[in-house]
Amino acid sequence: MEFLSYLINGISMGSIYAIIALGYTMVYGIAKMLNFAHGDVIMVGGYVSFYATSYATAQLLGEDPSAMAVGMATLVSVLLAMLVCTVLGVIIEGLAYRPLRQAGSLAVLITAIGVSYFLQNAAQLLFGANPKNFTPVVGGQLTFFDGQLRISYVALLTVVACVVIMVGLTVFTGQSKMGKAMRACSEDKGAAQLMGINVNRTISMTFAIGSALAAIAGVLLCSYSPVLKPTTGSMPGIKAFTAAVFGGIGSIPGAFLGGLLLGIIEAIAQAYISTQLSNAILFAVLIVVLLVKPSGLLGKYVPEKV
Amino acid sequence: MKEKKKSTGGLGNYFKRMKTATKVDYATYVGVILAFIVVTICQSQGLLNRSMTGMLVPICCYVCMAVSLNLTVGVLGELSLGHAGFMSVGVFSGIITSMSLQSTISSELLRLVIALVVGAIFAAIVGFIVGVPVLRLRGDYLAIVTLAFGEIIKDIINCLLVGYDEKGLHIALNIDGKKTIQSLGLSEDGFAIIKGAQGAAGNERIATFTAGFVLVMITLIVVLNLMRSRTGRAIMSIRDNRIAAESVGINVTKYKLIAFVTSAALAGAAGALFGLNYSSVTAAQFDFNTSILVLVYVVLGGLGNIWGSVVATVVLYVLPEALRGMDQLRMLVYAIVLILVMLATNNPVLQGFMDRIGEKFKRQPRKAAAQKGGASHE
Amino acid sequence: MKMKKFLAMLLAGAMCVGLMAGCADDDAGNSDPGNSDPGNSDPGVSQPAGEASGTFTIGVIGPLTGGAAIYGTNVLNAAQIAVDEINALGGPVQFNLIYADDVHDPETSVNAYNTLMDDGMQILVGTVTSGPALSVVPLAYEDRVFTVTPSASGDDVIEGNDNVFQVCFTDSNQGSRSAQYMDEHFDDVKVAIIYKNDDPYSQGIRDNFVAEAETRGIEIVSEGTFNDSTSTDFNNQLTAAQAAGANMIFLPIYYEPASIILTQANAMGYEPTFFGVDGMDGILTMPGFDTSLAEGVYLLTPFAADAEDEATQNFVSEYKSRHNDEIPNQFAADAYDAVYIVYEAIQAAGVTSDMSNEEICDALIAAMGDLSIVGLTSAGSEMTWDDNGAVSKDPTAVVIENGAYVTP
Repeated sequence: MEFLSYLINGISMGSIYAIIALGYTMVYGIAKMLNFAHGDVIMVGGYVSFYATSYATAQLLGEDPSAMAVGMATLVSVLLAMLVCTVLGVIIEGLAYRPLRQAGSLAVLITAIGVSYFLQNAAQLLFGANPKNFTPVVGGQLTFFDGQLRISYVALLTVVACVVIMVGLTVFTGQSKMGKAMRACSEDKGAAQLMGINVNRTISMTFAIGSALAAIAGVLLCSYSPVLKPTTGSMPGIKAFTAAVFGGIGSIPGAFLGGLLLGIIEAIAQAYISTQLSNAILFAVLIVVLLVKPSGLLGKYVPEKV
Repeated sequence: MKEKKKSTGGLGNYFKRMKTATKVDYATYVGVILAFIVVTICQSQGLLNRSMTGMLVPICCYVCMAVSLNLTVGVLGELSLGHAGFMSVGVFSGIITSMSLQSTISSELLRLVIALVVGAIFAAIVGFIVGVPVLRLRGDYLAIVTLAFGEIIKDIINCLLVGYDEKGLHIALNIDGKKTIQSLGLSEDGFAIIKGAQGAAGNERIATFTAGFVLVMITLIVVLNLMRSRTGRAIMSIRDNRIAAESVGINVTKYKLIAFVTSAALAGAAGALFGLNYSSVTAAQFDFNTSILVLVYVVLGGLGNIWGSVVATVVLYVLPEALRGMDQLRMLVYAIVLILVMLATNNPVLQGFMDRIGEKFKRQPRKAAAQKGGASHE
Repeated sequence: MKMKKFLAMLLAGAMCVGLMAGCADDDAGNSDPGNSDPGNSDPGVSQPAGEASGTFTIGVIGPLTGGAAIYGTNVLNAAQIAVDEINALGGPVQFNLIYADDVHDPETSVNAYNTLMDDGMQILVGTVTSGPALSVVPLAYEDRVFTVTPSASGDDVIEGNDNVFQVCFTDSNQGSRSAQYMDEHFDDVKVAIIYKNDDPYSQGIRDNFVAEAETRGIEIVSEGTFNDSTSTDFNNQLTAAQAAGANMIFLPIYYEPASIILTQANAMGYEPTFFGVDGMDGILTMPGFDTSLAEGVYLLTPFAADAEDEATQNFVSEYKSRHNDEIPNQFAADAYDAVYIVYEAIQAAGVTSDMSNEEICDALIAAMGDLSIVGLTSAGSEMTWDDNGAVSKDPTAVVIENGAYVTP
């Protein structure tokens, strides 16, 4: 029974990693850059949702709001977070990354780190250093076996959201016109341009989608682990980056799988080996997997051209 | 490195016969020595305030870190995100060495030298252990694995308990979290050196600016000579085209390891010096963010550009301190400066402008190298 | 209460100055009218030197940016309030507050310290956190800078450094006191500990707690750790504690991760007794926190922002009016007290600001031995300091009932 509990913990945390990793992998797959500021966009999403909900409860909803009204307010706050993050993502891409499209990947990496510092410090100035406690978007839990096993609705919601997003993205990149354009850019930007694809717009679109995912991830992360502060996004961001590489960076099902496995390994390591070394164990597993499969679990093996 | 560009610098016959790269190397040595002399004179005249004086040793450490990382990232062409891990190994092995020799060797200088050497050796060993598996991978996968090793090193040191008494060193690994420094069973005269996650506190501070300068010079000599040697050319050929290098019979693994282990050893020595400059250090200080910080120095200074790393480190280390007057805006401004510098150095218009300036000053060899400071490298 | 006392004392002081100005300067020592004032019992009983005067430069070092920024900003804001209050009194002793950010990093803290020394710091109120303190304190010891740390609670911070005094409890004190309290007030406890193993504060309290628990025969059934990179999810630690049958969870951590633990335990339907230490303070005033989750939580606290006494209320309302209604935490209260401790020590020692740092330091160290002060964080009793620099405050346990601290 405990094992099941640990597994569920792992899957719920893993799903959050997976959603973040999906954003990472989208951007990496198409723009070929490590967007280290992704974790901080998550944090911004969390703050927007927090303030929107607080405003709604304080100003718009009455003394005793109906469940329907609260639900609507929550939904609107999530949508607002997605909107803000999308705009933010596109602005970041346009101002900081687009001018470096011709430069080396390291230059973009350092710029992304600069953007990450910027977002964290701007958040501290805007929202204060005082951590905020985020009210979960849904409360309550399902109970099984006379209360021996409980699954919170947040965990369920996270898993469902993660699967829906993963499937949605797979379909989108596989079927839609924009999705095909993205894959074309991913293969060869120059050739894509020659085929009449607007590369800049396609990459902006990728950032928009990635940032909207970050907003969702932010709301779910803060619902699951309800403390919001300017550095909230950075550690989950790095873990999710690890997850994306684990599954094979650039691969959408890979990010999903990597995120889930990461969460589960972490939970099992904490439960049965050592909470002190859970991170070390996690990374050790990652190293072993990468040594066996050098491009991640589901990553494409790209033969080197001579 | 476009080092092969022949310069026609006419500063005498001797210089004429030298390659541009060699001239740049000598200019780097001379520059560092001059900087050292100027700083020492200023210090003896009391022209430096405490804040400047306090930054001298860490600057030296970070210069060594940046130069050694440049060997991996710029010369070998592999992105490493775990350089702070090697620094950490150097920090703690250096502290253990220096603290345990406290009673036997009275000369601080000798202890410092031994600690630095031990730090370098341990970091080299770890670098070898890490390098063998890691260097089989490529690109971002290699980057994430170095990041992973850096975090693993941090976590292991977080569990490390080390104490010293007349019987020698006592070491325990606190895996289940139940051990404390008492579990080491130290005798009355014994003392704790590393208390797990609480780090090493109460260290003697024996690092000096002169030692830092010497370490910087050694690092420069090692790295620059390695780069200009046959080995260095082999390493750079791997960076430029691994398959071509392999096809002409270069042992890729061997040369990659040489670069990686050298880089780790230098980082270890820098770490030992760093550790002996503070009375307390914790493993958490040498995390992923520190690795990134050093990487920023390297990229901003220019990949493969050693003197660029030196200058970038000094400027970027001092910048946050110089911005202290701006209060909470400090790190925000730092971030903006970072982004703007990256944008500016990679801006085609600005690059063209710099090129033209470079043409005008073509006679000065340093400028010729300066204009390629950008980070155009895949 | 405290404010009144200060006012009384300051008026007395001002009178004293007035008197002295009036009738020449031959009787500065024993006929000090301040001593006869019943409201002014604590300092200056054995006034050694002359009248304290001048503008002293106080430095604050703490994390103002980064992950621990909340602690540093609270300390700085509160210290500023205390300094403004003291300066507004217009007495002979005035303060000039300078500060530097250390980002909760031992390395940066040394740079911060050096910067402040360049700016003429005479007395250090800091550092805020223990890790940086271990780097800065040896330097302050060498430079003979008198140091009062509001919140660096590590035992190593004061040990062997005669110039350093703490306002907060030491870690060992809190750890053993928690075990003692559990032993005396609960029957048949099975304790699980969740602590932050890369934080000297948390690890220090845990070690002392475990040592004391062993001697008292308290059963510890589970221990879970976390660190900076795993501080978002505690479900696994909680599941382990539940599986081990723990009915008491000891949390020697700050309120921020603790709020996650409370929320996640609630989501699991796990209801042990939670027992926190002084870092737990602040949980009730955390924006957005559902205080019903903290019902029945025990904690050791020196300060409650909603305490009824006048000094606390004045301080909290002043803090809120200055900083968009943010509620100060115990770090702020410790810092506020720290500035007043420095102020009283200066008056007791009778130092003047034109003395060298060493002279000020030695005089203040001598004065600290006899000083006893009632502050925001001493729960009405008097704080005194031992030779080591540890404060005599007794950690008392309170329980949260109906969203307020209640002494059980």
